[in-house]
Amino acid sequence: MPKLTVNGQTHEVDADPAMPLLWVLRDRLDATGTKYGCGIAQCGACTIHLDGQPVRACQTRLGDVGTAQVTTIEGVSGRVAEAVQAAWRKLDVVQCGYCQSGQIMSAIGLLSGNAKPSDADIDGAMDGNICRCGTYQRIRAAIHEAARTLA
Amino acid sequence: MLNVRRPNHPSARPSRRGILAGAGAIVIAFRLDAKPARAAAGPDLAAVKAQPNAFVRIAPDDTVTVVIKHLDMGQGNTTGLATILADELGADWKNVRTEFAPADAALYNNSLMGPIQGTGGSTAVANSWFQLRKAGAAAREMLMAEAAFRWKVPVAQITVAEGVVHHAPSGRQARFGELAASAAALPIPSEPRLKDPSEWRLIGTKVPRLDSVAKTDGTAVYSLDIRRPNQLTAVVARAPRFGATVASFDAAAARKVAGVLDVVQVPTGVAVIARDTWSAMKGREALTVAWDDSTAETRSSEAILSEYRERAKGPGLTASERGDPQAALKGAAKVIEAEFTFPYLAHAAMEPLNATIERAPDGGYDVYAGFQFQTVEQATMAAILGVTPDRVRLHSNWAGGSFGRRATPTADYLAEAATVLKASGEKAPVHLVWTREDDMAGGYYRPTVLHKVRAGIDAKGAVVGWDHVMVGKSIMIGSPFEAMIVKDGIDATTVEGASDTPYALPAYRFGVHNGREGVPVLWWRSVGHTHTAHVMEVMVDELAHAADVDPVAYRLSLLAQAPRLSAVLKLAADKAGWTSKPAEKGRGLGVAVHESFGSYVAMVADVTAQEAGIRVNRIVAAVDVGVPVNPDVIRAQVEGAVGFALSAVLRNRITLKDGHVQEHNFDTYAPTRMSEMPHVDVHIVPSRVAPTGIGEPGVPVLAPAIANAVFATTGRRLRALPLDLSGVKGA
Repeated sequence: MPKLTVNGQTHEVDADPAMPLLWVLRDRLDATGTKYGCGIAQCGACTIHLDGQPVRACQTRLGDVGTAQVTTIEGVSGRVAEAVQAAWRKLDVVQCGYCQSGQIMSAIGLLSGNAKPSDADIDGAMDGNICRCGTYQRIRAAIHEAARTLA
Repeated sequence: MLNVRRPNHPSARPSRRGILAGAGAIVIAFRLDAKPARAAAGPDLAAVKAQPNAFVRIAPDDTVTVVIKHLDMGQGNTTGLATILADELGADWKNVRTEFAPADAALYNNSLMGPIQGTGGSTAVANSWFQLRKAGAAAREMLMAEAAFRWKVPVAQITVAEGVVHHAPSGRQARFGELAASAAALPIPSEPRLKDPSEWRLIGTKVPRLDSVAKTDGTAVYSLDIRRPNQLTAVVARAPRFGATVASFDAAAARKVAGVLDVVQVPTGVAVIARDTWSAMKGREALTVAWDDSTAETRSSEAILSEYRERAKGPGLTASERGDPQAALKGAAKVIEAEFTFPYLAHAAMEPLNATIERAPDGGYDVYAGFQFQTVEQATMAAILGVTPDRVRLHSNWAGGSFGRRATPTADYLAEAATVLKASGEKAPVHLVWTREDDMAGGYYRPTVLHKVRAGIDAKGAVVGWDHVMVGKSIMIGSPFEAMIVKDGIDATTVEGASDTPYALPAYRFGVHNGREGVPVLWWRSVGHTHTAHVMEVMVDELAHAADVDPVAYRLSLLAQAPRLSAVLKLAADKAGWTSKPAEKGRGLGVAVHESFGSYVAMVADVTAQEAGIRVNRIVAAVDVGVPVNPDVIRAQVEGAVGFALSAVLRNRITLKDGHVQEHNFDTYAPTRMSEMPHVDVHIVPSRVAPTGIGEPGVPVLAPAIANAVFATTGRRLRALPLDLSGVKGA
């Protein structure tokens, strides 16, 4: 049975190795913080970290995860994550909030590798995350805010 | 039924039973009919329900729980409604919580929709304003009365602030939680004193949103996150053409897919029921269904629009008429004739439609979804399940967007969930999930619309006549609301924003033909205003240019009787540094102003328009929504309206080819992305007028402001949405 380490906890998962990690997380492990938005890597709502790198869980098959560490919104932690979540709350970024798990996971990925992203860097890192409520202005401001608190 | 002018907006998360079951909490419920109050220990849904106007509960730990009767789909009404009540109460914002109300039209109806519980028409704050102030004020007076009784002091010497009741002369004080249980037994004031605006501490300030934490750590529960014991997941194979029915199906291969447990026919198609979502989707792929298209819509969207163009040659039903525009136009110095077309639009909320439904041991049903029309939804499901509506209990969740889609007069996806549960034998909870493709191709679109206008000015540039005809499918005709909303064949939600134009047009006629195609249509964030505002604001702009008058000044000259519209227009123009002359090659400003849902919004768009396409650099908005209850939420809604509507201005369209929807996901129906988002400045007019909504009113003015900016930049009038600049050279 495939083993999967999610947020530091190892699970044995009885599922088709072809099943996207998105559905393993949501339907087998009840980790519903990671969202389904499109299933074709267009929206980024399912963004998680695989060994610290943002990936789309809808395009990651269970059988391909191997021993990589899966981190979801429920388990993400550390200085960058805290700064990002604090900035999101300070600026009241969210509206419906459904895409924000993915937005936050992408933003943490960006700031982990780029302490002071420019607007162009933000466009590049965040363009794959759709927010239908249109909170982009605040997402951008929150990323800059988080960068300031991390500096 | 609805006596509201137009429904359309969101709201609600499922009741948090953990909060409701909080040990030792006290319900303070208000009967504003002056009957004695009752306290209910150990509050649960039944206790809340037993008491009219139950909007607040105060627990021994000082938490103040405000019951939210609306759906929150992102517009922030939980924060807004809680602000209103908490301010009157004198609560400490840190202790304020919310929970979504159950379905109960007697307690939680939308007063602007009559006896219906529902969220729409940007009415959540507007219809709750006095209700929640009164509820908060009554609770405050009961806490004060209890304190006065305990301390044996005159109630006039009692004050309340930030969750504490004070008696200044003696220095005594008590927290809400210490007084609430006893206070709840006191008579409920029927006419509590409402605070003067000078006493407001929360209203008009930036209070932190109540949903920011749960929506940033993955704990907010949306309907798609509901996990009931032994729950199964269902997806439905629906007809590829609207109106088609199942002729036959072969489920043999589908049943062999691992995880698939059952395949059942339902009125809308064939449901595959499986252990999880992935298996259900795989099972559906293996299904073979033959469809009977004899009752289906098989035309292409272009053919529908061609039919509209023919029909627009006739006058249509008269929605509005003054003077004789045709005669007036004969004497005009200049006449502009224009056709505007609008495509079908999908709402495409981030959370696809879904609902979980189960039969409870007591024979009733529990349903978990983002309910936007509770009264209609409950009754529809009850009829399918063969029980009385009160046996269908609705548990509302945070909704991952809606933009109108979750408020469906047919309760379409909820009705479908009930039919799937019924067909499955009701053995286990069923979570009906629409995939993104299902959601986008599932109809209930913003109607496709065609407008034809002839408008003329005299030698001095003054408007002399305006003859206007539109064709579009009514949302209300054929719905349960038809009798209330549709008069003489005219659906107010089709013509709003044009038939009632505030512009002083001396001779004006607005005629309407109702579309007859078999494509289901629905309100889409700002409903009729999505097209009427565009037509009115582009046409007025054209007339201004034809008259060689500045477009802002021209509008103001026609809005002498509309002071609030004039004020937001002036404010936006002022803040944007308005000029009708392009500042640089390929870049210019455009303006639009419009009233919708009782709110007034003007926008100035700063646009770069070149062969490569249209880029919106900046939007300056001015809004008047009466009392700005939560200024920051208002700003967020206007920013969001720009982000939401921009892709509809630039590219979104749902098209049909021989009846088949061509767009199925975000690759072909692409929402606005980060790199396209303009900077949005929002200016709010200070006001003491009773508040109106802002969920929708930011949307209507965006498209015309951008189109007018494109004209200022390129000299090209783009009258069809989405705007297509191909072939346009820079000015």
